[in-house]
Amino acid sequence: MNKDTSHINSLENEAIYIIREVAAQFERPVLLFSGGKDSITLVRLAVKAFYPAKVPFPLMHIDTGHNFPETIEFRDRLVEELGLELIVRNVQDSIDEGKVKEETGRYASRNQLQTTTLLDAIEEFKFDACIGGARRDEEKARAKERIFSVRDDFGQWDEKNQRPELFDMLNGQIDLGQNVRVFPISNWTELDVWSYIEEENIEIPSIYFAHKRKVFLRDGMIWSADDEVVYRDDHEEVIEELVRFRTVGDMSCTAAVLSDATTITKVVEEIRESTISERGARIDDKRSEAAMEKRKQQGYF
Amino acid sequence: MEVLKIATAGSVDDGKSTLIGRILYDTKSLTTDKLEAIKKTSKQRGYDYLDFSLATDGLVAEREQGITIDVAHIYFSTKKKSYIIADTPGHVEYTRNMVTGASTSQASIILIDARKGVIEQTNRHFFINNLLRIKDIVVAINKMDLVDYSEEVYNKIKADFEELMSKRDYQDQKITFIPVSALKGDNVVHKSDKMSWYKGQALLEHLEQLNKADIYNVGTPRFPVQYVIRPKTEEFHDFRGYAGKVYGGNLSVGDEVIVLPSKTRSKIKDIYFYNEKYETASRRSSVTITLEDDINVSRGDMIVKENDIPTIDKQFTANVCWMDAEHLTPGTKYVVQHGVNKVLAKVDRINHKIHPDYSGIEKDVTELKVNDIASVTFKLNKPIFYDQFKNHRTNGSFILIDTQSNNTVGAGFIQ
Repeated sequence: MNKDTSHINSLENEAIYIIREVAAQFERPVLLFSGGKDSITLVRLAVKAFYPAKVPFPLMHIDTGHNFPETIEFRDRLVEELGLELIVRNVQDSIDEGKVKEETGRYASRNQLQTTTLLDAIEEFKFDACIGGARRDEEKARAKERIFSVRDDFGQWDEKNQRPELFDMLNGQIDLGQNVRVFPISNWTELDVWSYIEEENIEIPSIYFAHKRKVFLRDGMIWSADDEVVYRDDHEEVIEELVRFRTVGDMSCTAAVLSDATTITKVVEEIRESTISERGARIDDKRSEAAMEKRKQQGYF
Repeated sequence: MEVLKIATAGSVDDGKSTLIGRILYDTKSLTTDKLEAIKKTSKQRGYDYLDFSLATDGLVAEREQGITIDVAHIYFSTKKKSYIIADTPGHVEYTRNMVTGASTSQASIILIDARKGVIEQTNRHFFINNLLRIKDIVVAINKMDLVDYSEEVYNKIKADFEELMSKRDYQDQKITFIPVSALKGDNVVHKSDKMSWYKGQALLEHLEQLNKADIYNVGTPRFPVQYVIRPKTEEFHDFRGYAGKVYGGNLSVGDEVIVLPSKTRSKIKDIYFYNEKYETASRRSSVTITLEDDINVSRGDMIVKENDIPTIDKQFTANVCWMDAEHLTPGTKYVVQHGVNKVLAKVDRINHKIHPDYSGIEKDVTELKVNDIASVTFKLNKPIFYDQFKNHRTNGSFILIDTQSNNTVGAGFIQ
């Protein structure tokens, strides 16, 4: 077995080790699943980690209600095929209960509102570890995060006082009420994820491939022209373009990129040559220099 | 592609973040949007240069104070290699984060401010690199532009550092001196024409040709059992697999093994990686092993080759790097996490404190304060199976966990 010869395989071995540590050290872990490429990769890694036994924890999707329909359809099919348990909690419910207030105006997004729904769900199910698909190359506040990242009982991240993390030793000891966010693919880059999806022949939602879509332009970014979800001024003209998405989040905060990549191989090629970062298409990160760090302090995953 | 993990070390304002930003910029690894953000913020702050540290100092407090607090992991690739750089803090108070960053690195860059020369922090950083047994070290003498690119200054610092080197106990280290200016880009990615007296390579050129010194190469096979896999499905009704990561060397089907602590003998029956079977499990692979005999194996147990077993003992002595604000005192109990195994440990005695400036040891020490390094003897409530750190990186290291706060409060290297 020459599994350790390639970089991508050593990342795979590292991630599997981390996922097993979660299952071993925690009582009620959950895998946060958005239907995006990173969490799909996580699911594959989890399946591998426990084979031939089943994945010993459920998946949970915090549904903003503004997801791309392709993603939801894909999510349900994947869960069905793998025989996994899926928990869904809806941001809409948090809005209806008056716990969060829907943003209005040009940049309204439900992305930030997810945090409340997530923290409520963690409390409801008493989850002590939440596995997430965040990567350190995504964003500079992310680049600072540990693999086992302890959150207090308000879900908050204390960025100045993180636990030392040495060698392979992951300390999962926490107090009641605290939880740990676990990032098994911390050391992967966007290109690594795509290369792995290609190598493993993993199925992903069609939204990641180039397709014709109604869009409009604002602030140099391509927004999805879904009138239900994304606020658009009358003067912002709807056009049809050949686009794909590099990151799949809430529709209201995820911009598309012009692309003709219709296969994984072409996507990998495109990413390799891209001069724009993945998060360059995340509208919510552009809000301020520290947008991500602030969200994380509040409990964002 | 080969990947090289590098840790940076240096004192405050030595320019670590700037150096990394410079490498990213000169290798065209900064994407357009990130570069735009750096340009915009540099301009807002009234700088007449691009502040590359903005690329790595990701926390508000870091940008506010202009210092690095926690490790940032930076990723970039050249045609030859992929790199992961752990940009670690220089502040004494954040030494624990420096150890965090350096523990998984194969090479290290120690920065020295050419105007200041070798200072106490340099000693500490070199000492920690030595303690962690990092093989390739680059001493980057930075800010050469501020000392008129003087060969004399460079030689003086080099000589001072060589004196430090003569005091270390790990002689296999390869140390390379490179004069640079991270701000101006001299000898970082491109060879500078301002220092014709320097005949060596630019920093990146040097890193490109480093052989990946495999830090996990040392030692013999150790297989700590992470998780017991029992599917209990119709198809795999009697399947009992031991999931874990292989450290040290390879394990193969048919190997005669011993399971610790029960010392039961068996043979490796199958090696699975997902749904495929393999003849050999190589180092660092996260496999699942089945044994010929139906024996009771749990998490924390260790599978080793019959002819090569580690020390099994209820006490050990280790060099401890103390990382907590609360002091370590004899008699106190901690959880020792050794690989995936956890045992309760009592501090038996502090043998002596080690000064990271190589000025010797201090006996009659009653407590350890944050960032102290000392030789400590522990007694355990049950035996662990360990090797000396110098012989086995994984099986010779551990962390200490505070039983009250659950924090990781120390790192240890077994002697």
